[in-house]
Amino acid sequence: MPHAKLPRKSTNIDMTAMCDVAFLLLTFFMLATKFKPEEPVVVKTPSSISDIILPDRNIMLLTVDPHGKIFFSIDDTVLADGPARKSLIERINGDKGLKLSGDEAKTFENGASIGLPFNQLKSFLGAQPLEMKTMVANAPGVPVDTSAESPNNELAVWIRSAREINPRLRICIKADGDASYPNVQKIIKTLEGLKIFKFNLITNLKGIPEGTAAYEQTHKDMK
Amino acid sequence: MAELDTSSGGGHKKGPGVKKAKKLSTRIDLTPMVDLGFLLITFFMYTTTLAKPKTMEINMPYKDPNMKIEDQNKIKKSVALTVLLSKNHRVYYYEGIGDDPNPPPDFLHQTNFNAKDGIRAEIIKKKKFVDDMKRAGTLGPKDETTVLIKPDTTSTYADLVNMLDEMSINDVKVYAIIDISDIEQDFIKKTEEAAGGAAATPKP
Repeated sequence: MPHAKLPRKSTNIDMTAMCDVAFLLLTFFMLATKFKPEEPVVVKTPSSISDIILPDRNIMLLTVDPHGKIFFSIDDTVLADGPARKSLIERINGDKGLKLSGDEAKTFENGASIGLPFNQLKSFLGAQPLEMKTMVANAPGVPVDTSAESPNNELAVWIRSAREINPRLRICIKADGDASYPNVQKIIKTLEGLKIFKFNLITNLKGIPEGTAAYEQTHKDMK
Repeated sequence: MAELDTSSGGGHKKGPGVKKAKKLSTRIDLTPMVDLGFLLITFFMYTTTLAKPKTMEINMPYKDPNMKIEDQNKIKKSVALTVLLSKNHRVYYYEGIGDDPNPPPDFLHQTNFNAKDGIRAEIIKKKKFVDDMKRAGTLGPKDETTVLIKPDTTSTYADLVNMLDEMSINDVKVYAIIDISDIEQDFIKKTEEAAGGAAATPKP
C-alpha cells in the first residue's frame, strides 16, 4: 500500500512579524509611561482602601519625611498667565525680596521639591547639581507652625502664593507612616488657618477586609 | 564579505585559485530580539501601572473662629465613640464625648488595629447599638454613629490614616479629627500606669 510521504517541514518560523508586534507595543508603552517625578526623600506611605486615583494636573504636594521635614512642590501646569512654577517663583521672589537671578529662578522652574527656609533658597538654587543633592539630603524642611498667621510659618506663604496663582490646586499630603502626628498636625492646622478644609492624603492601596461594611458595599455593586 | 562580492561582481575574476565567497543568507534569527522586546514591554507595563498613586479624600469640619462654644458639641453622647491614638500604635476608646470635665470617662479601654479583636470590632458594635436605638425609637432617624478621633502627641501619621481607613471600611459617615484634651492625656497616662508592664509592651 503506497503511503503519502509527508514532506518534512522546517521548524524555523519567521520571527519578523512577532518582532514587529513586540516593538510596536514597546513603543506604545514607552510613550504612555510617565515616570515618577524625582522625590526629595524616600517616603513610605501608609495603606488605605481608598482607590481614588491622584490626578496629575493642578497638584500641590506636601511631602513629609519620617523626621517630620516638609517639602513643598507644585506641578508645572500651564495657566493663562504662563507656567505655574514660573509665576510662583516670581511672586515669592518679589514678596520675600530673595533677589534671585534669572538662572536661579530657572532652576526652580525645572526643579522639584523645596525643603528649605526662604533665606537658604538663593544659595540652594545657585548650587551645582551635585551640591544640590547633598543639600536636599540635609535640608531642614520648610518651616511650619501651628498657626497660619505666624511669621515663621513659611509653608503658609508658599501655599497662599501658590493658590493665588492657581486657585484650582488640589492639596495632597504625602507623609511617611512613621512621621509623628504633631508634625502632620501642624500642616493640617496651617491649612485650616488658610480656610482649606478639603485635602487629600496619599496612600497605598490595600484590599478591603472581608465581612465589613465597605466589603459588602463593593460586592453589592458588582452584582 | 557580501559587500566585497557585490562591488567586484562586475566581471573580474580573482584567479583560478580563489574561490568565490558563498552568498550568505540575509535571514537573521530574530528570536533574541523578540525576547528583548517582550522583556522591555513587561518592564514598561509594570512601571505604568505602579506609578499611579492613590489618594484618600478628607474633609475637615469648617472652623469659624467666631463660633460660640454653645453652638458646638451638638452630637448626642449616646451615638459618640471617642478614640484616642497613642504611642506604639495603641488605641484607647470610650463611649461618649468626654468633653465635659465633671463626669469624666470612668474607664479607658485599650485595644489595637488588629483585624479581629481590634478597634474595628468596637466600631461595628457601636454602629449596631446605634441602629438598634434608632429602630427602638430612642434616637431620631438623623442620628448617626459619630467617631471622634483624637491622636495624641506620641502617635504617628500611620495611626491616623489607619483610623480614617477604619471609618471608610466600616462605613462610619460622621467622624472628626479633634485635638486631644489634657484630661484625656492624663487618662491615657493613668490607664498605662494601672495596666503596668502589660501596656508597656506593644501588641504586634
